[in-house]
Amino acid sequence: MTETTDLGTPPPGHLSEGLDARLVVDRGAFRLDVTLAAAPGDVVALLGPNGAGKTTALRALSGLIPLTSGHLLLDGTRLDGTAPESRPVGVVFQDYLLFPHLTALDNVAFGPRCRGAGKAEARAQATEWLDRMGLADHAGAKPRRLSGGQAQRVALARALATRPRLLLLDEPLAALDARTRLEVRAQLRRHLAEFEAVAVLVTHDPLDAMVLADRLVVVEDGRVVQEGTPSDIARHPRTDYIARLVGLNLYKGRAEGHTVRLDTGPGITTTEELSGPVFVAFPPGAVTLYRDRPTGSSARNLWHCEVAGLETHGDQIRADLTGELPLTADLTTVAAAELDLHPGAPVWAAVKATQTHAYPA
Amino acid sequence: MTDTLESRPRRDRHRGRSRVVPIPLLAPALIGLAFLLLPLIALLVRAPWRSLPEQLTSAEVWEALRLSLVCATAATGLSLVVGVPLAWLLARTCFPGRGFVRALVTLPLVLPPVVGGVALLLAFGRNGVVGQWLDSWFGITLPFTTTGVILAETFVAMPFLVISVEGTLRAADPRYEEAATTLGASRFTAFRRVTLPLIAPGVAAGAVLAWARALGEFGATITFAGNFPGRTQTMPLAVYLALQNDPAAAIALSLVLLAVSIAVLAALRDRWMTAS
Repeated sequence: MTETTDLGTPPPGHLSEGLDARLVVDRGAFRLDVTLAAAPGDVVALLGPNGAGKTTALRALSGLIPLTSGHLLLDGTRLDGTAPESRPVGVVFQDYLLFPHLTALDNVAFGPRCRGAGKAEARAQATEWLDRMGLADHAGAKPRRLSGGQAQRVALARALATRPRLLLLDEPLAALDARTRLEVRAQLRRHLAEFEAVAVLVTHDPLDAMVLADRLVVVEDGRVVQEGTPSDIARHPRTDYIARLVGLNLYKGRAEGHTVRLDTGPGITTTEELSGPVFVAFPPGAVTLYRDRPTGSSARNLWHCEVAGLETHGDQIRADLTGELPLTADLTTVAAAELDLHPGAPVWAAVKATQTHAYPA
Repeated sequence: MTDTLESRPRRDRHRGRSRVVPIPLLAPALIGLAFLLLPLIALLVRAPWRSLPEQLTSAEVWEALRLSLVCATAATGLSLVVGVPLAWLLARTCFPGRGFVRALVTLPLVLPPVVGGVALLLAFGRNGVVGQWLDSWFGITLPFTTTGVILAETFVAMPFLVISVEGTLRAADPRYEEAATTLGASRFTAFRRVTLPLIAPGVAAGAVLAWARALGEFGATITFAGNFPGRTQTMPLAVYLALQNDPAAAIALSLVLLAVSIAVLAALRDRWMTAS
């Protein structure tokens, strides 16, 4: 799957179309330094934990905060010295920030009006955008009368109405409850697919990122730690944060044939034959737990561990283990009861080599 | 069930409020309340109700009332024009000495108005720092004119407006201005089309407050603008003058000002009287 990343990052300054940016922002002890490149039509998701600098990156792209250094090119034009109101950039804010004193229609007409359209012309454009979002019936409604999903679409229409060459979305689904989220996610995916210029969205939700974006850029502590297609990142996580997001146990070590010696801890037997620094990953469901050391097990990987914590995870029990190898294991409620699992209980954890996946670090 | 559900918010609102009040707190509290109320009651008791209609329809009263309303309204307008931008500057920008500027703006709140009047004379008087140039270049004289009254009232009332609007601005989400900016609005357009409508209630409250303060202004007005009936004699000045030779007229005029004050309080009740 790594082959899909190769449309990735051409050298800076060589894109005449789309986005080409290196964003460096110093904020006291925090430093953001990320490189972003995208062609028109691309949807890029900045994924990362809270405080990673995602929103800072978005604000730098929109011009709301200045770059400390780096560059920002959009369709071959330098934007880093341009005031935010003069950038061809549209923003959908996390809580939408629809102007509460204006109707949905006037919210959408605000942008065209500021960019020089006459009142009637701006309203005509706004009507068309609301139509396209399926909101024609709510044109006269004030934002507080709109549902979360409707407000989100008005915010999207408002951002698109200025015909931006770069669309930024800050946690576009975070303000919605679980049920509307599903529906709005699908709609947003459709609208983003229709959008002909570059879209960059920021999220801490891996599902949103994977559904909405063609390419993920994972940011931690102000730096890009991994980028690639959603499936590539889901299969080959390179940091603990991503591994947790996609629900994998992840270890770093050095491969010698079928064995991976971990930097700390025991070895893991894998089916891949590699050498040099590698990652090994396996899903929590691949782990089998035993109370006593199994004798007849064909599993090549067997570790002595201790239960650190238990929690329900869907219809299963998720066990956090410490000991020889810290790992997460999923098991059925029945199995957990039969094993009499409780924090502090000693267990044996087995993983078949075929269930592990090793890839070069 | 409905009963308990209904009473819940009420109970929440009164949380921490005791029904049992210790005497050492109750007695002074009642004295304080009486002290505030008694003068007002006295005003009502001693009011010359029978002769009131003719008192209030005399030409001097109308002259003073008209002048008061005109000047207070003009002072409020002037305060709005310069006070709202000043409040925006204090709330939304960062410049060296901002805290100092803010303190200066609020100074007239605590400054004795007479001192304000003296200071205005020194600035805009015929021989004042600015006034001498106004006089010799443009032939403009400010002290002892109706314009002088408006200036004196503005000086005293504007801080109320600035403080009120600044507080509202601080409470308002500045990100709406950012959103407007990303839509192509200049900072001024963002202020005019987004921020101003959002803070309108705060501006209105500040304006009412400033208007009430201007209406009651005495010290700075009499010092800077004098006491000429029809030109600079506003209601408070008329009350003061009447008290010396026609107490009944003074009471009648006071009643009018009291009525205006109560009206102002009623207008602001949602903002202030419901404060927890």
